Amino acid sequence: MVEIDAQGIHYRDLNQRVRRLIGQGKREFNLINVNGQRYIGDGLASSVRMEINGTPGNDLAAFASGVEITVHGNVQDGVANTLNDGKLIVHGHAGDILGYGMRGGQVYIKGKVGYRVGIHMKGYREQEPVIIIGGTAGDFLGEYMAGGKIILLGLNRIRDEALVGNHLAVGMHGGVIYLRGEVEPNKLGREVRPEKLGQDDWDDLERLLADYCREFDFSLKEIISADFWKLIPVSSRPYGKIYAY
Amino acid sequence: MSLTMKSPEFLIDRDDDRCINCQVCERQCANEVHYYDHDLSKMSAVDLNCVNCHRCVTLCPSKALRISKYPLEYKENYNWSAEMINNIFKQAETGGVLLTGMGNPSRKKIYWDHLLLNASQVTNPSIDPLREPMELKTFLGRKPERVEFNGEGNIVNLPPQLELGTPIMFSAMSFGSISLNASKSLARAASELNMMYNTGEGGLHQDLYQYGENTIVQVASGRFGVHKEYLNAGTAIEIKIGQGAKPGIGGHLPGEKVGEEVSRTRMIPQGTDALSPAPHHDIYSIEDLRQLIYALKEATVYAKPVSVKISAVHNVAAIASGIASAGADIIAVDGYRGGTGAAPTMIRDNVGIPIELALAAVDDRLREEGLRNQVSLVVGGSIRNSADIVKAIALGADAVYIGSAALIAMGCHLCQKCYTGKCNWGIATQRADLVKRLNPEIGVERLKNLVKGWSHEIKEMLGGMGINAIESLRGNRLMLRGIDLNPNELEILGIKHAGE
Ligand code: SF4
Repeated sequence: MVEIDAQGIHYRDLNQRVRRLIGQGKREFNLINVNGQRYIGDGLASSVRMEINGTPGNDLAAFASGVEITVHGNVQDGVANTLNDGKLIVHGHAGDILGYGMRGGQVYIKGKVGYRVGIHMKGYREQEPVIIIGGTAGDFLGEYMAGGKIILLGLNRIRDEALVGNHLAVGMHGGVIYLRGEVEPNKLGREVRPEKLGQDDWDDLERLLADYCREFDFSLKEIISADFWKLIPVSSRPYGKIYAY
Repeated sequence: MSLTMKSPEFLIDRDDDRCINCQVCERQCANEVHYYDHDLSKMSAVDLNCVNCHRCVTLCPSKALRISKYPLEYKENYNWSAEMINNIFKQAETGGVLLTGMGNPSRKKIYWDHLLLNASQVTNPSIDPLREPMELKTFLGRKPERVEFNGEGNIVNLPPQLELGTPIMFSAMSFGSISLNASKSLARAASELNMMYNTGEGGLHQDLYQYGENTIVQVASGRFGVHKEYLNAGTAIEIKIGQGAKPGIGGHLPGEKVGEEVSRTRMIPQGTDALSPAPHHDIYSIEDLRQLIYALKEATVYAKPVSVKISAVHNVAAIASGIASAGADIIAVDGYRGGTGAAPTMIRDNVGIPIELALAAVDDRLREEGLRNQVSLVVGGSIRNSADIVKAIALGADAVYIGSAALIAMGCHLCQKCYTGKCNWGIATQRADLVKRLNPEIGVERLKNLVKGWSHEIKEMLGGMGINAIESLRGNRLMLRGIDLNPNELEILGIKHAGE
C-alpha cells in the first residue's frame, strides 16, 4: 500500500502521481490529508484500491471502471459520475448528483445525500448499479432513472426529518427504488407507482443490504425489520405516446 | 372510425403505358404506398402514405413514376397556409406534439446567400491550385500564448490538436438515429480523408473502434455508451450541450429503434426508450461545465482536446466566452438550420438563430476578450456547399461540421421523415431490410467524392483571392461583402456592403 500525503497538493499533481504509480505496477493507495482535491480516481480501471482520509473534492471516481475506494470522511458533488463498475464506500455524507448516469458498481453512503442523486442510472445486462443511502436524500432522487437499484434507508433521522425530498423518481423508466418507510404521494413523479415488496424483492434487498451492513457495522436485522416500499416505473416508455405522427 | 381530415401531401402519377407491373416500387417502399390491385390487374398507390423520398422514382426500371405536390388548394390565405391547417388537423386527431426530421426548411433569410466572396484582379494575382501548392490543413485545439521549443526544435508546450486534411468534419449523428451502415460509411470516409466524424450520443459500435483516430466521441446528458474505453477510443471528446435543430430540449430515441446492436452500443436494454434529458443534470453553470471538461481531461490524461457543442441561441457570444474560460479546447456552434433525426417541429422551426450571425458574434466576442487563441471554433447547421465553408472561415470559423450534406451524399432525399424509422434509403432506420440498402462501400465513395470536390472548390476560391493557405482566410472578413443586408446585419457580420 502506497501512502500519499495530499496536503497542499493540486489535484492535477495528485492524480498524476497516482496514475504514474499505477503505471509502475502499484495497485493500493492510502491518501491522507485529502482536502477538496477533485477528480480523484477518475477513469481508473479495475484492481486499483484506494483509502481516502479527509474530504475528496467533486467528481470522485468519475468515468471510472472497477476502482474500489473507501472514504473516511464526507464526499462532495458528482461522485461516481458515469461510473461503469467499481465500489465506493463512504463513511460520511455525500453531496449532490451522486451517481449521475452510473451504469454499474456499488456506492454505499453511510450518511445522507444531497439533491439529484442517481439521475439517469441505467442497468445493462449483468451490470446493475446500486446506490445505498444510510440517511436521507434531497429532491429529484432517481430522476430519469433507467435501471439499477437505489435503496434509501433514512436511518438516524432527527424528529420529523423527511426521508426524501420532492420530485422523487420523476421520469423514471427503469430500475427500482426501495424506500425504508412510506413517502407522501405528492412527492412522487407521475411516472412511478409505489408497491409493497414481494419475496423476490426481500431476497434482493437482504443480499444487497448484507454487504452494506458489513461495511458499516450496521445490524441487518434491525434495518430490514422496518416497513419497505418500492417504486417502479409505470412504463419503460413514459413518453412514447406524446407525438403526433 | 371517426373521419380523418388528413390529406395527402403528394400525388403519385404512374404512367400506365410505361409501368410494367414489376412491383419494384411496392417492395422498395417502407411506407406502403404502392400495391398491386388484383381486380384491376395493375399497380396502384395510396397517396396519403407517400413522403416523397423518391426511392420508387429512382428505382423504377421503366421510369413510370412521377411525384408532385398534391393539388389540394385550401381557400387562399397568407396567414393560414396549408401546412398550418394540416398540422392542426393532425393534432386535433392525436393530441400529440408535432414531430419532424432534418433541418429547419422555413422561408427565413439564409445569410450565406447574402454574402459574396472577393477575387483578385490585376494586383495580388490569383493562384492556380492545379499547379501551385495550396494548404487546407487545419489544426483544432487550444493554441498556447507562445511556443516553446526543445533542443531538437520541437514545440514542447502544444496542447493536443486535431489535424484535419481539410477544414470539414462530419457532425454528430448517433448510431441509433442513423443506421450502422451509415455510421460505417462516415467513419471510413473520415479515416480515408484524414478528417473526423462524430459518434453523437450513441456510443461507439465495436466495428468502429478501428477508426478511433478519426473519431470524436460525444458525451451528452444521457451518457449512453460512455465508459473509459469509449472516451479513450477517439481523438477528441465532445460534450454536447445543445443542437441547432432543438436548442434547449433533450433527445429521445424511441424504443422501437433500440434493437440488439443499438442496445449493445448504448448499453441499455432492448426496446426501452433512450431518453437524453434536456440539460446535463450535473451542469447548471459555467463552473459546472468546467468540472465536466476537467473530469474528462483527467479521465483521459489530458491527451485529447475537449469540445463543447452548443446551439446558436440569443446569447451565444457570452455563452461561448464562458465555455472558452471553462477550459474547452474547441467550441462547436450549431445554427438553427441544423439537421436532426427527430425534433418537435415547433422547436426546430422557431428556436435558435442563424449560424452566420452567431459565428460572427462569437468570433468577435472571443477576440475582444483575448480568448480566441484558446479555442478553435467549429460551425455547422447548415453548410450546403463549399462556398458556405469559405464564407464561414472568412467570418472566423476554424472548420465546419457537415451533417445533412453528408447524408444527402449517401442518398438522403430530405423527406424529413427520419423520425419514423422507415428511411427508404437505409440511412435513418434500424430495420435490417432497409439498412442493407445502403452499401457502406458505396457510401464511403460518395462521401469521399463530395469532400474531395468541395476541397478542390475551396482551393479554387482561395486561389482566386490570391490566398494559398486556408489559415490566411480565417477571420479575414475583408474577403466578404454583403448584398441585400441592412446596416444592423452588416454590423453584426462585421462586413461591408457590396460596392463599398
Ligand atoms: S435520412 Fe432518410 S428519412 Fe431522413 S430525410 Fe433523408 S431520406 Fe428521409
